[in-house]
Amino acid sequence: MGMWIMAGVTFREAARKRVLWMALVAGFAFLALFGTGLHFQVESLQKASPLMRRQALNAMLMVGIYAADLLTVLMAVLISVDTLSGEIASGAIHAIATKPIRRVDILLGKWAGFVAMLAVYVALMVGGVTGLGYLLSGATVRHLLEGSCLIFLESILLLSLTLLCGTEFSTLTNGVLVLGLQGVAFLGGWIEQGGAVTHSPRALDVGIIASIVMPSESLWRRAAFEMQSPLLGAMHMSPFSNASVPSLAMIAYAAIYLAAALAFALRAFHQKDL
Amino acid sequence: MSLPTSQPSPAIRTRGLRKSFGSKIAVKSLTLEVDRGEIFGFLGPNGAGKSTSIKMLLGLVAPTGGEATLLGRPAGDVKTRAKIGFLPEHFRFYDWLTGSELLRLHGRLCGMAAPLLRKRVPSLLDMVGLTPHREKRLRDYSKGMLQRIGLAQALVNDPELVFLDEPTSGLDPGGRRLVRDLIREQRARGATVFLNSHLLGEVEVTCDRVAFIKHGEVLATRRLEGSGESEMTVAMRARNVTPMVLEGLRRWASAIRAEDERLSFVVPSAEALPEILRYAVGQGLDVYEVTPQRLSLEDLFLQIVGEDGGL
Repeated sequence: MGMWIMAGVTFREAARKRVLWMALVAGFAFLALFGTGLHFQVESLQKASPLMRRQALNAMLMVGIYAADLLTVLMAVLISVDTLSGEIASGAIHAIATKPIRRVDILLGKWAGFVAMLAVYVALMVGGVTGLGYLLSGATVRHLLEGSCLIFLESILLLSLTLLCGTEFSTLTNGVLVLGLQGVAFLGGWIEQGGAVTHSPRALDVGIIASIVMPSESLWRRAAFEMQSPLLGAMHMSPFSNASVPSLAMIAYAAIYLAAALAFALRAFHQKDL
Repeated sequence: MSLPTSQPSPAIRTRGLRKSFGSKIAVKSLTLEVDRGEIFGFLGPNGAGKSTSIKMLLGLVAPTGGEATLLGRPAGDVKTRAKIGFLPEHFRFYDWLTGSELLRLHGRLCGMAAPLLRKRVPSLLDMVGLTPHREKRLRDYSKGMLQRIGLAQALVNDPELVFLDEPTSGLDPGGRRLVRDLIREQRARGATVFLNSHLLGEVEVTCDRVAFIKHGEVLATRRLEGSGESEMTVAMRARNVTPMVLEGLRRWASAIRAEDERLSFVVPSAEALPEILRYAVGQGLDVYEVTPQRLSLEDLFLQIVGEDGGL
């Protein structure tokens, strides 16, 4: 019961503090920009062959989804970065942690509230991009559900990691650390792609090690693989090449990583002197 | 709502409670007992370990040694917390909530049902004088209003045991009187109040008993005025005072000083005075004057803790 009360408070907090609304405004501004760009692309592709047109529109959709993924990643970190460290620093947590509710439920409640928020955000952003694509050009992506789930999983992974770091570090340190790790994952992903295209096993290894340290980008690259046109990927016509696709084992690793981050966060918060 | 009167275990019991952060010892060995229905003052200089002690009792900080029970259950027990209220020092909470939303949230966290809260929240707001501000967000509350709403959240569940950490901090004289009245109301309904305050005058008029703590240890506990058991200094003018008489006085008194006809000593309570007088007259003293002077809590604090404040 206490967990669901905390989940509700967390969701309402974001709405009252306007974080959610600002993120949605930014998201809609992005969608408006994307829709405008797509509209002109559709016009310029009128004379292209159907195959070329389909590939170009799919690439455009993938760029839109990539931008939605980046916004989701930022959203996951920014909404949760202050929730533990901020409340511990201000002492606000004292009034809650002395109520008849387990600390595990406090943290799980916050986590569940943020997860619900991210689910809404991913649905709106990915749904917005693909919906606009379909309305303006009739173009779709492959495996929309699988791809959306992977982006959602990526956001929950970042959320769980941010909560874990929030049990130990200040808000600023936490934000720098998690976004820094995301940067490592991002760079590692590109190095791995580059290594696969240029057939450099060492570059591939560097990318894989980066993915083991922080597997969030692997989830995006697998999502891109699921959603983009196979021809586009195979011909390296898109920035999201199929040259090195994260395996299902890597996806399972990311899921375990997420679960471990959450479990360690629960343990650290349970043991923490407040 | 009054509480059951026959309770077997004390409200708070600690034995050698200890907390160290690395090599730094915050609480050396806290041993104390607070009876049910008592208003108990917890006094000590800055850095004496008061806040850490309260946090250990509430389960916010894990002790590194010793043991503590609240209402007969181990400190930190989740179910027992339903019977406990806590006002942290400098109460801060989600500033996007309104006053009535904050009380409803805390009531729900205490497991209170919605119909009960619909009655309880308005009465609490009325009690702390915030009814006109019930729909204002906390970010628009003054420091004093925040302290009042904090006090209300500490009492939302009609707790059996209330911890108040500097409850009058930021309050004007009217607010301080409100806190005093609320503490007395808690006593009247049988609740125990554990009060940590730097304002010794406030403690003196509200508490039944106080503990003086320094370097994380209880130096002394004393009953306060009103109970007839508070410590006092006695000034006496008498003739024929002999060393043997002074030695005999030690049965009841301490800090005995004698200079010519003037004697002064400290007795634990006024109850000792008739016996001392009978003894003195029986030993052949001509007693001309006896003046009991109750020590102020501040005097007592300085006497026990020391003027350096433990620095």
